[in-house]
Amino acid sequence: MSTTFPEADDLRELYRELIIDHAKSPRHFGRIEEATHCAEGINPLCGDKLKLYFTVDEQDRICDARFEGSGCAISVASASLLTETVIGLETERALNFFAAMVNRLSGRPDEQPQNSEQVDEIDLGKLRALEGVKDYPSRVKCATLAWHALNSALRQNHKPATTE
Amino acid sequence: MAGLSERLQAGEQAFSIEDCRKDFPALSQEINGHPLAWLDSGASSQVPATVIDTIAEYQRHDHANVHRGVHTLSHRATEAYEGARDSIAGFVNARSRREVLFTSGTTAAINLVAQSFCRPRLREGDQILVTHLEHHSNIVPWQLVCDQTGADLVACPIRASGELELERMLELMDGSTKMIAVAHVSNALGTVLPLTEIIAEAQRRNIPVLVDGAQAVPHMQVDVQALGCDFYAFSGHKMFGPTGIGVLYGKEAVLDAMPPWQGGGDMILEVRFDGTTYNELPYKFEAGTPNISGAIGLGAAVEYLRSVGMDRVRHHEQQLLEYMVDRLSGIEGMRLIGTAGNKASLQSFMLDDIHPHDLGTILDSQGVAIRTGHHCAMPVMEYYGVPGTARASLALYNNRADVDRLADALVKAKEMFA
Repeated sequence: MSTTFPEADDLRELYRELIIDHAKSPRHFGRIEEATHCAEGINPLCGDKLKLYFTVDEQDRICDARFEGSGCAISVASASLLTETVIGLETERALNFFAAMVNRLSGRPDEQPQNSEQVDEIDLGKLRALEGVKDYPSRVKCATLAWHALNSALRQNHKPATTE
Repeated sequence: MAGLSERLQAGEQAFSIEDCRKDFPALSQEINGHPLAWLDSGASSQVPATVIDTIAEYQRHDHANVHRGVHTLSHRATEAYEGARDSIAGFVNARSRREVLFTSGTTAAINLVAQSFCRPRLREGDQILVTHLEHHSNIVPWQLVCDQTGADLVACPIRASGELELERMLELMDGSTKMIAVAHVSNALGTVLPLTEIIAEAQRRNIPVLVDGAQAVPHMQVDVQALGCDFYAFSGHKMFGPTGIGVLYGKEAVLDAMPPWQGGGDMILEVRFDGTTYNELPYKFEAGTPNISGAIGLGAAVEYLRSVGMDRVRHHEQQLLEYMVDRLSGIEGMRLIGTAGNKASLQSFMLDDIHPHDLGTILDSQGVAIRTGHHCAMPVMEYYGVPGTARASLALYNNRADVDRLADALVKAKEMFA
């Protein structure tokens, strides 16, 4: 898209093409009827509401992930990217991704991972597209909402995850 | 450049309301390299220099506790605090200063009525009647008192335009209705409610009425006697005053019959372990040291509004609202939410399928501040089937340039998501 206004470049840091693409065409959108793990994520501030479903096999590996709900471009894209990332991962590895995302986007680790070295060495890959939120404090919660829900689901918490 | 108040004092009557903008220091700043277009007064309004200065002067020279000391500063503080009450009583045309209670805001005012007025009266099977377009602060306090007493909360439906189903509202009033609580102006939709009809029927049936006036007082002349409601609640920070201060107006006879809500200092005449006697109105409902500087600041805000004139404010905002609706309607993909015939000061909308939160961020990057989200009115959002809306809200200091900036920024948001 053309830069018709000066702050377009700054905004493009937030709304990168990959984000817009995932927001408009979320991957793995829907529910898993026979999910082994699921959790809801609610951001009361902006009304984002996502529900994440996972199927975890006997080897503790996530073999399917889906989500449904509504939210802003950032929260939907983040959930969509989450599903692409965690399918095929062991749950412990997925939880390390959760810790890495929260640490790097908010700069405030609120979840001490069991093995911080493993968290630090994580290559976020295309999840780095979400790093633009760091300059928009009010939007960090949008980007981490789905990850909080993942944490909640895999740890079998029964209360909805919130970003508060 | 002299502020509006100085110009008025100088006898200059032919000022333009556009000049009011200069009285608000916060409006002359840049945000992200653009002049600030403040279109979020519905959430909280900016503060004129006269209010800032009044509070600073009080803190600098006159601060003391009120109603307590015999010394000079206590006298000054009490004079200023009670003077603010007089200003406010005059502004909303209360019969007496005893009918004006300072609270921390509209929310506390409504909770006070729910707990002090309703709770002792309600029985199982009684009903409290509200509308579907209320702010959470005019829903949840009633839900709490319903839980405490076994009474039921009933919400009158609205139409797609955002207007109240008035006939239904009147039908819903029956022998079991013990309280009616309605907004004067909807914070999410801008609808001005038909208070005259609602209150007339309620009076015929002897049902007390509370009006949530938080979104009305900054935008139109409010006359509590003409309205005839039993209670009227509003907040300082939506009418150019500070946060943490608000008002509950109540009819004197009604307030007199109510027990205190909170106990403490200042609300008593005599405290003994075998029984305490309560102070007279309005002090019976002002336990503890009040928000003195807040009340004085609110008094200054009221004087500012009076100096401009509420008719002038209303006229200016109505014209600007019409212009804003026109400009927004001209944007392809625009869905206006709240299209009532009688509206005030604000417009909610959705643009294409862009989430309101994304709109808010993109607009902020261009210096345009709007509110996005559910506006503390989740039942309204549910009714329209949206997670939230974008809302542009006006005050007397807004102008057409602000609206043009909003419209231009929205077009740019469309480009971003194209």
